Amino acid sequence: MRRNYHLLILLFPVVFWLVCFFLLPLVSVFIYSFIERGTYGGVRWHFTWENYQRLFDGLYLGILWRSVSTALVCTAVCLLLGYPFAYYLARYKPKHRNVLLLLVVVPFWTNFLIRTYAWILILRTEGLLNSLLGAVLPNWGPLELLNTPLAVQIGLVYGYLPFMILPLYAALEQLDVSLLEAAQDLGASPRRAFWHITVPLSLPGILAGSMLVFIPTVGAFLTPDLLGGGKVSYIGNVIERQFKTARDWPFGSALSFMLMGIVLVGTVLYFRALQENEGQP
Amino acid sequence: MRHRYILFVLILVALFIGNSDGQKKQLNVFTWAGYVSDDIREGFEKEYGVNVLIDTYASNEDLLAKLLAGATGYDIIMPSDYMVSILIKQNLLAELNRDNIPNFQNISPLFLGKYFDAENRYSIPYTFGTAGIAYDSSVVTPAPDSWTVLWDTQYKNQFSMLDDQRETIGAALKMLGYSLNTTDPNEIKAAKEKLITQKPLVKQYKSEAEELLIAGDVVMAHCWSGDAFRATETRPTIRYVIPKEGSSQFIDAVCIPKSAPHKALAEQFLNYLLRPEVNAKITAFTKYGTCVPTAKEHLPEHLREHKFIYPPAEVLESLEWLKDPGDFTRHYNRAWEEIKAK
Repeated sequence: MRRNYHLLILLFPVVFWLVCFFLLPLVSVFIYSFIERGTYGGVRWHFTWENYQRLFDGLYLGILWRSVSTALVCTAVCLLLGYPFAYYLARYKPKHRNVLLLLVVVPFWTNFLIRTYAWILILRTEGLLNSLLGAVLPNWGPLELLNTPLAVQIGLVYGYLPFMILPLYAALEQLDVSLLEAAQDLGASPRRAFWHITVPLSLPGILAGSMLVFIPTVGAFLTPDLLGGGKVSYIGNVIERQFKTARDWPFGSALSFMLMGIVLVGTVLYFRALQENEGQP
Repeated sequence: MRHRYILFVLILVALFIGNSDGQKKQLNVFTWAGYVSDDIREGFEKEYGVNVLIDTYASNEDLLAKLLAGATGYDIIMPSDYMVSILIKQNLLAELNRDNIPNFQNISPLFLGKYFDAENRYSIPYTFGTAGIAYDSSVVTPAPDSWTVLWDTQYKNQFSMLDDQRETIGAALKMLGYSLNTTDPNEIKAAKEKLITQKPLVKQYKSEAEELLIAGDVVMAHCWSGDAFRATETRPTIRYVIPKEGSSQFIDAVCIPKSAPHKALAEQFLNYLLRPEVNAKITAFTKYGTCVPTAKEHLPEHLREHKFIYPPAEVLESLEWLKDPGDFTRHYNRAWEEIKAK
């Protein structure tokens, strides 16, 4: 009994945190998604399905598809860029490895908003990128990169790359090098050893990194707003506008729940894949 | 270890000193970013021996959301015209006691008794302004006088539009000869289609046009008069025009929420703002118009009767207030999402 009592005290902060900052907001958003919009903001306490019916509208489904595909591309690019990086990092001399690891985390010391503004300075018509290219190539016509979907994609990859690198590094660092040596002794080419040993063993890192990149990017609204110049709409922007200018909190709540559902399905698939992987000998 | 304890004690002392300052009365002002200058704040602090704490919001809807969510503690808020009428309907504003605000008589009748608060029982005007087109006169020739210039392919990728659904749909409605406050879905549809054809030409949707104009990122901007005028200080070739088809006008008001903890002090602040010499500082700082005619004596000459700030009478007649359309808002929301999604 006494042990249980202690456990309860130790668990209290976590339970308190989850109830106050996760469960209660979630429940209130859920309730809001079933009531009517108030004429002058706020809500009217009448039950309705309408907010969910409105989701099945080509407009919002199209925006949702754009968000999901952008997040998928972002995840894939982060994986392609992050894997070699994490691999190299995990093989680096332990003495200098921590310095390199620190460099991955350094950008977090600056506020995300300011880092995104820096990209505006780089990508704008008379920005860093165009002036550099203009100096090297004599006939360079400036690229209109800012305020395009490409700029948003660049900003998202930049912002979430560390979230891919760190779990990949954690997985690759634990890799037993003797397994690769054994593969080579048995005649496997380095490429074959990589695909049959390194990749499967780093799968948990790949999946964890992919979730950490996909989930925040699918609902991102700050990066699209700043680098998309208000010209590119993602689901995060639509939700934000429902709570602000549109003053339609119920519909914003329904949109949030739809997004949450998609993320939930993704997470379930992720855990399944992870379990299958662990089940392998 | 010992110096850690010293540090700890120092922090406690600092907290204590910080707190004892709180004994002074405090006025909590909730306003737009960059709307109450330091000299206005400090002047009031010195004269009344109080602290003025300023907190900011970025849109009228942010203010409404906070008040509806039950935020209390604010003594002064600065909603725009249509938001004043919403806040009155939501019963969130305190009635002003005119006896405590003798300087009320300084306000020009031009800015009193507007639709959103017909007897000014809840609000006094802080500034007024218009929406229009700012352009760089060294590039954009001839000088534009119509909204149609924002559909001119010659300026592709060289201009910005306000990132504001009512103002931007409103500009298209005005160009088509409709009212800004239309409740005819067909008119909104026509405006929406206009804006969709315009979108490939637009460099950016942004409500803070000042920096774009100064940086030379755009040579034209659909923007508010204050932004245009502030941009001229760095780029003197910038001009501002209210298109001949008409545009929107606004008053940003000062109100006291019902939940204000220091209502008497808040009324003294209102009275202070209406002194001509203080009111002049508002215009000098925000570059929006003053509603107190005698304040002009305290303004530098170029801010007194500038047509950017004080449009001539015939232009004033073409201006409309952006009123809240109630439940019809949904049509504007939907049109805006369609424009944004293209």
